[in-house]
Amino acid sequence: MTTSVPVGLSHEEVLRYSRHLILPEVGPQGQRRLKQARVVLIGAGGLGSPAALYLAAAGVGTIGLVDFDVVDSSNLQRQVIHGTASVGRSKLDSATARIRDLNPHVHVETFETRLTSANALEILEGFDVVADGTDNFPTRYLVNDACVLLRKPNAYGSIFRFEGQASVFHAQEGPCYRCLFPEPPPPGLVPSCAEGGVLGVLPAVIGSLQALEAIKCILGVGESLIGRLLLFDALRLQFRELSLQKDPACPVCGANPTVTELVDYEAFCGVGSEPVAVGPEVSAPELAHEIREGVDVVLLDVREPHEWGICNIDGAMLLPLGTLPETIGAFDDRANIVTYCHKGVRSLRALEILRSAGFGNVRSLRGGIDAWARAVDPSVPRY
Amino acid sequence: MAVHITLPTVLANLADGDRTLEARGVTLRDAIDDVAGRYPRLAPRLRDDEGQPYPFVTFYLNDHDIRFSGGFDAPLADGDEVTVVPAIAGG
Repeated sequence: MTTSVPVGLSHEEVLRYSRHLILPEVGPQGQRRLKQARVVLIGAGGLGSPAALYLAAAGVGTIGLVDFDVVDSSNLQRQVIHGTASVGRSKLDSATARIRDLNPHVHVETFETRLTSANALEILEGFDVVADGTDNFPTRYLVNDACVLLRKPNAYGSIFRFEGQASVFHAQEGPCYRCLFPEPPPPGLVPSCAEGGVLGVLPAVIGSLQALEAIKCILGVGESLIGRLLLFDALRLQFRELSLQKDPACPVCGANPTVTELVDYEAFCGVGSEPVAVGPEVSAPELAHEIREGVDVVLLDVREPHEWGICNIDGAMLLPLGTLPETIGAFDDRANIVTYCHKGVRSLRALEILRSAGFGNVRSLRGGIDAWARAVDPSVPRY
Repeated sequence: MAVHITLPTVLANLADGDRTLEARGVTLRDAIDDVAGRYPRLAPRLRDDEGQPYPFVTFYLNDHDIRFSGGFDAPLADGDEVTVVPAIAGG
């Protein structure tokens, strides 16, 4: 009797992957390659959600997940691996359960930690392909440098508002992330998705491209995004491709590298070293008490008009941070002013602007309108 | 030379919402100066205080990263397409 079952795949797997098996470019051999492959996702968020789902569905044998966050309601608009029942649960537990339900043949390895210079090489070393879907610059440079040092391909994706970028950085065969962006922007210049927003379906496009590139890399088929940068504009529905060049002077993958081990990426990105705006703050309950007591407080909301439209504090006045230098002339510089924003960062910048313009009695609402909604007025929606 | 400069939406907000700007110049620097003069809020996002490109905003002249082809001194031809690609880190 002859067996028709490809070696290493069970009957159930043959049926499950049948649409792959009949593709000459994949076939039983390619499917076994996928089963033996190990892909690690840095971040189980917007990009990591679709990437993990498609890698699991495709039958990638081992998926590593690195994340340390818990599922929040505000994640569910885009992080489709998590469900409503998982709110408050660790993202890794939630993602693991979903992957196991989708494909029980997949082995999930979880790393419930922030990726750091101390653990990155050890974690990434055991994988064939890395997919970078983090949400901050220090980790992006860390992942890049670790991949260069370990000679691993990095299926890169990044998103902001309505636009995304994708590439494969593999220094053995092409440029790395630092060849494209030698240094990160200073902290605060580029808002995060939490501050600037992101269209929920955008990471579906970019994250699935990362999964696609990882799968092609494992199968050794097609033309990878190595040496190419794909730009996606969701509003115009345009894909653009730009060619990436390897920088001969790149400090990590160039001819004479100066970065030969992982460094302090928080310091490299200026995080923690920038002059953080500080100033007198008032807590939400303290402010509520003052208002109840009849203290004359000028409440300045320094968010953007569309945020004001979501919620605002009764009696406040909208003066977006960017317009403040031109508009503060209308106020009495002896007024008792409290600035507030969403979470209490922009309001500290506003406080600095006001104080340097001669306003002597300014405080910032600690934690912003979010703290106000939690501690004082639950009728104010949180966002 | 008349060229087109394409901005990502995040920078277009500083140019009255225009995603594609027309600009003139013999070199890329001239074209950036032209745009910077018309959109003062955009100017500091395109170049530093000394007029040099930032390491986190990459300019493509047609399909070439200008850091490897003359920087802001790269000569322009009529109809050239300039694409501004800022580093983003959302995930």
